Amino acid sequence: MDILPILATLRRHKIIIWLLMLEIALSCAIVCNGVYLIVQRIQRMDMPSGVAEHELVQIQQAPITLPPDRYARAKGDLAALQQIPGVEAVGMTNQVPFGGSSSNGNVMLVPTQPHPTLNAATYFGENLLPAFGLRLVSGRALANDDYANADTVLKSLADGSGEGFPMPTIISQALATRLWPQQNPLGKLLWLAPKANFRVVGVVATLARANAYHTATAQYSMIIPLHMGADKDQSYLIRTRPDERQRVLAAAATVLKRADPARVITHARTYDEIRSDYFQDDRAMAGMLVSVIVAVLLVTGLGIVGLASFWVAQRRKQIGIRRALGATRSDILRYFQTENFLIVTFGIVLGMVLAYGLSLWLMARYELPRLPLSYLPAGAIALWLIGQAAVLGPALRAAAVPPVVATRSV
Amino acid sequence: MFAYYLDLALHSLKRNKVLTALMVLAIAVGIGASMTTFTVLHVLSGDPLPGKSGKLYYPQIDPQDVRGMMPGTLPPEQVTLIDGMNLLRAKHADRQALMFGGAVPIRPDSSALDPFYVEARFTSADFFAMFDAPFLYGRGWTGADDDARARDVVITRKLDDKLFNGADSVGHTMQIGDNTFRIVGVLDDWRPNPHFYDLNTGSYNYFEQVFLPLQTALELHFEHNGSNDCWGNGAGGAGGVYPSAPCVWLQFWVELDNPAKAAAYKQFLIHYSEEQKALGRFQRAPNVRLDNLMQWLDYNGVVPSDVRLQAWLAFGFLLVCLLNTVGLMLAKFLRRSGELSVRRALGASRRALFAQLLTESGVIGIAGGAGGLMLAMLGLWMVRHRPSDYAALAHLDPAMLLVTFALAIGASLLAGMLPAWRACNVAPALQLKSN
Repeated sequence: MDILPILATLRRHKIIIWLLMLEIALSCAIVCNGVYLIVQRIQRMDMPSGVAEHELVQIQQAPITLPPDRYARAKGDLAALQQIPGVEAVGMTNQVPFGGSSSNGNVMLVPTQPHPTLNAATYFGENLLPAFGLRLVSGRALANDDYANADTVLKSLADGSGEGFPMPTIISQALATRLWPQQNPLGKLLWLAPKANFRVVGVVATLARANAYHTATAQYSMIIPLHMGADKDQSYLIRTRPDERQRVLAAAATVLKRADPARVITHARTYDEIRSDYFQDDRAMAGMLVSVIVAVLLVTGLGIVGLASFWVAQRRKQIGIRRALGATRSDILRYFQTENFLIVTFGIVLGMVLAYGLSLWLMARYELPRLPLSYLPAGAIALWLIGQAAVLGPALRAAAVPPVVATRSV
Repeated sequence: MFAYYLDLALHSLKRNKVLTALMVLAIAVGIGASMTTFTVLHVLSGDPLPGKSGKLYYPQIDPQDVRGMMPGTLPPEQVTLIDGMNLLRAKHADRQALMFGGAVPIRPDSSALDPFYVEARFTSADFFAMFDAPFLYGRGWTGADDDARARDVVITRKLDDKLFNGADSVGHTMQIGDNTFRIVGVLDDWRPNPHFYDLNTGSYNYFEQVFLPLQTALELHFEHNGSNDCWGNGAGGAGGVYPSAPCVWLQFWVELDNPAKAAAYKQFLIHYSEEQKALGRFQRAPNVRLDNLMQWLDYNGVVPSDVRLQAWLAFGFLLVCLLNTVGLMLAKFLRRSGELSVRRALGASRRALFAQLLTESGVIGIAGGAGGLMLAMLGLWMVRHRPSDYAALAHLDPAMLLVTFALAIGASLLAGMLPAWRACNVAPALQLKSN
């Protein structure tokens, strides 16, 4: 195929070609970065929680009048919930992975260090390993005599006596690897305050934070054996069979209301709902990105159809002359296809530069990672396909122009 | 003349229906998408208290210990209870309010209603006057009530509707947990967005229904909702136990009528920090900030970054649509060189042709704008049905409505400018001859 005559023709339509190239370049930049953003969101939505997601339900209550002994109340509630048929395990927690409302602590490896090493989620509560369905990879689970009452610990911290410390703790594998790379974390000490230290007795495979903003730190979690007592910030966890969840939730609400009619059930939801709620903005963003990419490609494609149709109409006579001089239909068809390929290619080259620039700008402004180079060919292929698909109709119409047109005047 | 151009434009547009539809659609979709996202951005970055926000300031001081101190470290974003009470009692500003958020259990008198929890704000007397909170009935409590730990409460119209069927409930009592409170005021609908005075409870669409004196809440150990930051051996609270002394967990706002007073208040904060350091309570050199309301919102980055990203994305899309329309118009206008040359040869000036072609692109702009407006309304309707906390705020306001049309017509005129200019510069004789 002769490219030079096509280039010579294109030179005569400089402005239109530039406009089309710019449009393609911009589409290419938007598509490359957009697809990358979608992939990031999807990866975020796939973030593991570490809990038995399809078996877990959460129920949260708030007393209207405070119970005389919140620890006794919690114990009573847990015992009552355990009696519900179909319940495999019950527990109590101050937060759930991806639950939003979080409790975190600054972890230090030496009590005197000027800056904390990192920030980790601090899970408090009863029976968390079986209730969440966490997988213990080394060490031991927490036992009854590991527990202390929250008041006692807060008091010990407030008066600076440090009584009751070090307490045992179970940490996530990610936290263990980050704090003590290549070492056995069991038996190691860490500090949350100068007087509050904890000895690692076990490691669980995965446990995500309640507010996992950054993928890198999302899995830094520790479990501390504190009796928190029943209050409205704590919630009960129930593990059951997936198909029993709704029934168990309803039964749990009844059981809790029976134990104290003057209380309000503030949340009763399955873990699947919790995850879905937490990532709703990411899902919406991914949906929006998909629509924008489709719309951009559609508009660009229709634009190409429009322009190509014009050119075909404009060049009817020339096409007729070429046909009269012996060009075959497929020559004409290929002419328009090659022309489109060239324009799109120029646009894509420009678009690559633009895509990369856009990615740098996004990095600076939104702390997004750099666009991997492998996304650039993907964008290019998409636009080539769109271009060829868009030009096919007009090109076929051009190929259908009969040679006799050459002999007609306008 | 304009009517004639309009006639010509419509005639020409009708000749190429598919192409016209394509151009109108491209503009409409581009405008619709950008207006949807810009409106959301505009609503979310709005001023919650227009006219008043410039006088409201959020003082920050640094009571943390020396560990972890680095040059340039920013002071904490809230205050400790001790500092909050000190600054409140100093009364160094025109008005000041100390506060924290929580939730309280309401026990309705009527047995038809189950007990329920509502969001509450525990604050001091100046709160209502400072933030221009409108009273439907009654008024706020006084500074003396603050110190007397009065069992006074201000409720919202919504709660008044629920508990008293909208009647003037001032003077009535209500049960909060085990305590009896006297209603002193009912607030009319008041929904500052974002929830600027405490951003820890969620920035948008968070509204308290009960307001009562801070010292009363502290005495009754009403539960605290929000964030706390501790240092040293400080520990956040649990249940009715409040965060310990080395924790910041309250918000403190001041009203300062002019910039000179603001400068003086900043000096006062430095002086206060030095004084506390001399007393041994503070360990760090004075580290203070004093933002006004809008600066404070900006400092906290309340507008979700996704919303900004969406606005940019839609803008990029609009650019693609406009380039597309310019290209199509150029092709179309150039193809009409013959017709235009005839008109020039018959005596039409270049300016007349230019006006004629711009009329044509203007018509496309108006049609595109109308389409864009409908799409924007559809887009906003879709945003409102999303579960985000700001979703309910996404409404088109008159300003954005005007912007929509201005943008659509401006964009299409701009898009028509280059093609029209090119088409007008065709030498008529040459063009006529070639035909």
